Amino acid sequence: MDIGPAAFPVAERSLAVIESAPVGRRYHRLLLDAPDLSARSRPGQFYHLLCRDGAGNGPYLRRPMSIWRCGAGEPLGFLFHVKGKGTAALAGLRAGDALSVVGPLGHGFTLDPRWQRILILARGVGLATLAPLTGAAAGMGIAVEALLSARARSDLMAAEFAGASGAQVTSVFDEDGSSDTARVEALLRARFATVRPDAVFTCGSNRLFLLLQRLATEFGIAGQVALEQQMGCGLGMCFCCVRQVRDAEGKVVNLRVCAEGPVFDLQAALAW
Amino acid sequence: MVDLSVRIGSLTLANPVMPASGTFGPELSQVFDLDALGALVTKSVTPEFRAGNPLPRLCETEAGVLNSIGIPGKGLDHFIGQAMPEWRRFRAPLVVSLSAPTVASFAECAARLAATPGVAAIEANISCPNLEEDGRAFAMHPEPAAAATAAMRRAVGGLPLWVKLSPNTGDIAAVARAVAAEGADALVVANTILGLAIDIETARPKLGSGMGGFSGPAFKPIALRLVWQVAQAVRIPVIGVGGIATAEDAVEFLMAGATAVQVGTASFVSPTAMLQVIDGLRAYCARKGIARVGALTGAALPTALPAAAE
Repeated sequence: MDIGPAAFPVAERSLAVIESAPVGRRYHRLLLDAPDLSARSRPGQFYHLLCRDGAGNGPYLRRPMSIWRCGAGEPLGFLFHVKGKGTAALAGLRAGDALSVVGPLGHGFTLDPRWQRILILARGVGLATLAPLTGAAAGMGIAVEALLSARARSDLMAAEFAGASGAQVTSVFDEDGSSDTARVEALLRARFATVRPDAVFTCGSNRLFLLLQRLATEFGIAGQVALEQQMGCGLGMCFCCVRQVRDAEGKVVNLRVCAEGPVFDLQAALAW
Repeated sequence: MVDLSVRIGSLTLANPVMPASGTFGPELSQVFDLDALGALVTKSVTPEFRAGNPLPRLCETEAGVLNSIGIPGKGLDHFIGQAMPEWRRFRAPLVVSLSAPTVASFAECAARLAATPGVAAIEANISCPNLEEDGRAFAMHPEPAAAATAAMRRAVGGLPLWVKLSPNTGDIAAVARAVAAEGADALVVANTILGLAIDIETARPKLGSGMGGFSGPAFKPIALRLVWQVAQAVRIPVIGVGGIATAEDAVEFLMAGATAVQVGTASFVSPTAMLQVIDGLRAYCARKGIARVGALTGAALPTALPAAAE
């Protein structure tokens, strides 16, 4: 019987930090050395990270973190808002330190090879979750158009989002009012009326999720949303990360974000 | 070569390490071969569908976790029809945790499980609220705990019946004696201890349903003490659970009188924790020149009771 690591899709592994650096004023990026794990990770999946700094300090439970960078020959990357105890400990890691990861976990985004173009709508650090879609789509010959919403120009991470994918990025901001829901709706309507995407994707904002859900229904466009939730085990065993989702018959049921998600059909998900 | 096998009544386990109910599922087979475990223990099965408690269902503390999940599940029919075929893929003995709101319901569900192929034992979760006792858990007092045990004992025939005790009682030895007297084959000691955390910004409990069960490393000394007390009160095997994360923790529980151990919250932090405990037990026995892990059971007890597994 094959009992090697390859027999098991999810690994618990201590990985070496290649790079740990702040991004702007509030964000941080980590790159980890994990050739095999990175190669089998998919955009929209996540890892469960043991958030301990170099001195071993950090919260008791792991923290779920969506994949920012992955792929064959690429380091495994995470981009996050330094916000609480867990992310502060992660930001305290230095190159050469070890980080225990469990993953890859969950169901990621789906891309249909028949699609010509997709549109991504992201708010804040939600763009990190959607970033690996740009490269995956480019690799399949699917054009990517993105609308990124941020508090201020200094918070926008357009380069971190698009990488070398050639995604066409439009940015809106709270500081000049361009991120206002009505103005974002007008922008989206104009795009849908001229260059209609085959699918839309979002993460990071309840307000933008509701807007995109409504417009996607109106225009008959398929969509996917990546949801977040506090987690215990990350594997589907503890049932603490449930969210309300509509099942195939339209009934509202509790589904585990870790196991049935974190990516859900845009129309099945409910506001949070 | 160390013999890790242990006997729990009529059931022989390849090793003394198994998951704690509620912290385990077939999902863990994504990480390692579950047949490496001494036994598999399901989440508590309930007679009917349960949606579970409001969120948040989990709250972290310095060295542990409060939970109030609410035993969500699709009910016994679904378990027998849909979940059991998946569990039967594994060769390790399957222990089905059962929770029910009345004595009669415990007996009825236990009988159905006893008639289900692939069930190696029932673990009765009598820490759940008893609807006939104003919602107080069966396990809080000897009489309701004994009544539920007696009814299940009659219902399951020769199927091994384990009863999981609660730390939320003033005299666990009395509850243990009452349950053992009604024919339980083993006692699982113990469930989570009731706790609370408050969000001082909102002046609300941090858990959606208020109080919750506390588990994890900070609970270990209390669970160990409970095992120590129960092991001296009864002659049936005790399965220790509460804060076990390492082989050293497991050895402590065995020495306090446990024949086997369950690992729960530690699997959230390290999904391979149970494998590490098994490997560590083997290494500990080898280092100490102990041929059989069963020899550790009760080694630290002040009285020279024969080990329950002998």
